[in-house]
Amino acid sequence: MSQGVGVVGLYVRDQDEAVEFYVEKLEFRVHTDVRNGDYRWLTVQHPEQPSFQLGLFRPQAPTLDAATAQTVQEIVAKGAMPPLVLVVNDCRAAYERLSARGVEFTQEPVDRYGAVDASFRDPSGNGWKMIEARPDAR
Amino acid sequence: MKTKHEGKQRSVSVAQDPKLLRRLLRAKDRMDAASHEAWPVKRLAQVSGVSQAHFARSFKSAFGVPPHRYLLTRRLERAKALLRDTDTPVTEIAFQTGWNSLGTFGRTFRDVLGASPSELRAQERAVPHDLERAPACFVNAAQRPDLMIAVSEKRRQDPSPMNGAEATEVP
Repeated sequence: MSQGVGVVGLYVRDQDEAVEFYVEKLEFRVHTDVRNGDYRWLTVQHPEQPSFQLGLFRPQAPTLDAATAQTVQEIVAKGAMPPLVLVVNDCRAAYERLSARGVEFTQEPVDRYGAVDASFRDPSGNGWKMIEARPDAR
Repeated sequence: MKTKHEGKQRSVSVAQDPKLLRRLLRAKDRMDAASHEAWPVKRLAQVSGVSQAHFARSFKSAFGVPPHRYLLTRRLERAKALLRDTDTPVTEIAFQTGWNSLGTFGRTFRDVLGASPSELRAQERAVPHDLERAPACFVNAAQRPDLMIAVSEKRRQDPSPMNGAEATEVP
């Protein structure tokens, strides 16, 4: 792939905590982790999706002023950021594996219209829907 | 992020500690996951790790509605989805979604949504839906009743108020 979406970023309250969550618990890999003073560009990647990076960014100066950064942190912690969807082959198996590792599920796997889905949140409050790929869509 | 004591309101705005908000979100998530269950303030406060005295105010400040009104909107949302998507009898839906009394369910439903459960079922089935491509949970959330005032207040504003006992908002 040469064109398309390369990075989409999430705001997280703590990048160490976020990388621990996305890598140790969710099985992503670190793609880029570089620092410039207080600023840290951190992206992770799903092992089966090499053309896409998920950025784990902290709302901070100089990108945002302190008051805006605080507001963004509040919005994230209230779960008000837009939905994220993680597609898996087997939602129930993934639920068992991830909840055993301490992932905070907000909805257990439910069968809806022939597809199974569950929900979890990252430590910051970002909400993920985990949806089982429909056999015909794989 | 250095923050002051959790739960302490700052003077200038309604800024709240993100760590407290994250824990209040947990209480909201738990109500979402099991809206048919009873959620007394004591239970919600425990989930959030705050005192009962602070919980309701903090929750309202964070999410714009008191916790029990939020729960009520979730129950109505779920009842609406069941009316639309299943053939489950209205009585059964009332109890499945957490109401103890069919009368309270019907009255609250009508007061908030402007139609009785069976009328709404008929309306929903009369129009085609093109929402199958969006995940069901997001579709349901989008159709959640936007209840910015108390049910009793909404009832007062209604030009043709229903007779009968005052429904309590606390389930």
